[in-house]
Amino acid sequence: MDPARGTDRHDGGSGPWPPPMAGRNDGSAPRQGAFHLYWRLVAISIRAQAQYPGSLLLLSAGHLVVTLLEFLGVWALFDRFRLVRGWSLAEVALFYGLVNLSFALAEAVGRGFDAFDRLVRTGEFDVVLLRPRSEVLLICGQELRLSRAGRFAQGLIILGWGMSSLGLAGRPEVWMRLAWAVAGGTALFCGLFVLQATIAFWTVNSLEVVNTVTYGGVETAQFPIDIYPSAVRAFFTWVVPLASLNYLPLRGLLRGGDPGWVGWAAPLAGFLFLAVSLRLWRFGVRHYTSTGS
Amino acid sequence: MIPRQPATIGRPELALFLARFRTLVQYRAAAAAGFVTQLFWGVIRLAILAAFIDGAPAASPMTPSAIIAYVWLSQACFAMLPWNLDPEILALVRSGNVAGELVRPLGLYRQWFCRCLAARTAPPLLRGIPLLAIAWTAGDLPLPAGVATAAAWLAALAGAALLCATFATLMNVCLLFTLSGDGINGLMAAVVTLGSGLILPLPFLPDGWQRVLEILPFRGMVDAPFRLYGGDLPLTALGSILAHQAAWILILGAAGWWLCRAAERRMTVQGG
Repeated sequence: MDPARGTDRHDGGSGPWPPPMAGRNDGSAPRQGAFHLYWRLVAISIRAQAQYPGSLLLLSAGHLVVTLLEFLGVWALFDRFRLVRGWSLAEVALFYGLVNLSFALAEAVGRGFDAFDRLVRTGEFDVVLLRPRSEVLLICGQELRLSRAGRFAQGLIILGWGMSSLGLAGRPEVWMRLAWAVAGGTALFCGLFVLQATIAFWTVNSLEVVNTVTYGGVETAQFPIDIYPSAVRAFFTWVVPLASLNYLPLRGLLRGGDPGWVGWAAPLAGFLFLAVSLRLWRFGVRHYTSTGS
Repeated sequence: MIPRQPATIGRPELALFLARFRTLVQYRAAAAAGFVTQLFWGVIRLAILAAFIDGAPAASPMTPSAIIAYVWLSQACFAMLPWNLDPEILALVRSGNVAGELVRPLGLYRQWFCRCLAARTAPPLLRGIPLLAIAWTAGDLPLPAGVATAAAWLAALAGAALLCATFATLMNVCLLFTLSGDGINGLMAAVVTLGSGLILPLPFLPDGWQRVLEILPFRGMVDAPFRLYGGDLPLTALGSILAHQAAWILILGAAGWWLCRAAERRMTVQGG
């Protein structure tokens, strides 16, 4: 702790001795709320990134251009074939935008877990464990990646274009539905990052195979899941419930047929997935043995 | 300083290449991860194309077996594509250890070219051969139509590997000017994957784009060799494919060599 605080006490301080340590919940010091602490950590991260505004701007702009180039492939396929299993480009744009928005948010928020293997490899996780606050909170607060604004903007542009060409842009109820689906998708991808971090407790290195599910999941969910073979469909419905975050809500919206509550309830699967991942994570933390010396 | 000996041209390059190649072949865990990733990606890409073609088979510019060959071969050779910078060169430039490379009695461009050539050949061999074995047995990847097709494919593939290494070296040389690799990496990935035909086989793109992509170098990396294999391009196209690759290898190589010399003259190595 701050040594200056200790010396202060020698000149006749009247408070309790030893002085209360900030953050320790022994009843004598007000404990910062978890959200308050998180926002302070995030504010530090944002200020750090804002030190290089030019670099941040170029990175975000570059990210936007690159992700828009990716969409050209989809556009070219529709230019040639017009429809895929009855879905039009404007409809697929909703699927595409939704999953990219979720992934961009998850990459921004969950960066700490995405790069967690470094903490295990260098032994820095010991430092996190020494702190008297939740490890999840501290790791999430490590970095909020602003450069992901590029992919976010791409998702928003494509989603907005799809909505306006389908004549849905003026319906606030639809926007709420989609925002809820994006929230569920963000939770799901964060859950995947947490799982990837949990594996690092045992393998020390991050397993790149998990990228198959994260990046591969984004790639897969850019199209309605009913165009894929049944094995792929089953995996992304029951193991990693990506289908319930964009296929189910959007099918209800675009095709009807499902009762209205399905579209609202389905994104809960993302939060459920995150909860299960965090449970596994806690199991991993209990089994963590420090590396290094 | 050790004088450069013209009599041994080729020998130090070969030694550098082999040393690097042998190191890269050690990364078996990375190869296993890459193998699973490429397998997954191949299944997804084929499923997407099949779903589109199902709706309007007449609009497809390629036969199903040519598409299957194209997708599986491009997944197998994914690591050959120059879609990212060499992380070790990135670290050398960032840390100033590039000074160590400059001391060696071999020009920087030649050293890095050998390094890039090893990086574009060893990983795809490790990942690609098992993937091709699976695709041949379980994924209905057809065998080449004959010995002549196989030989033409291998010749074009060798040209593609050289082209990929030349392009990768040029990008790594650009790092000497930008110092940060984030921008180059992102742009490289987008332009190379789209232009070479990895995202979508080039015949599927609108005709206007194809005329531009025919000229650009990226087509020689994936599109041309794998369309030869699947019979989508006739064997007689081999000559023009090799000429196109050779022309771009010369242009990109000269540009890289010249930029490298310019960078070496104005380079400031920091740190102490």
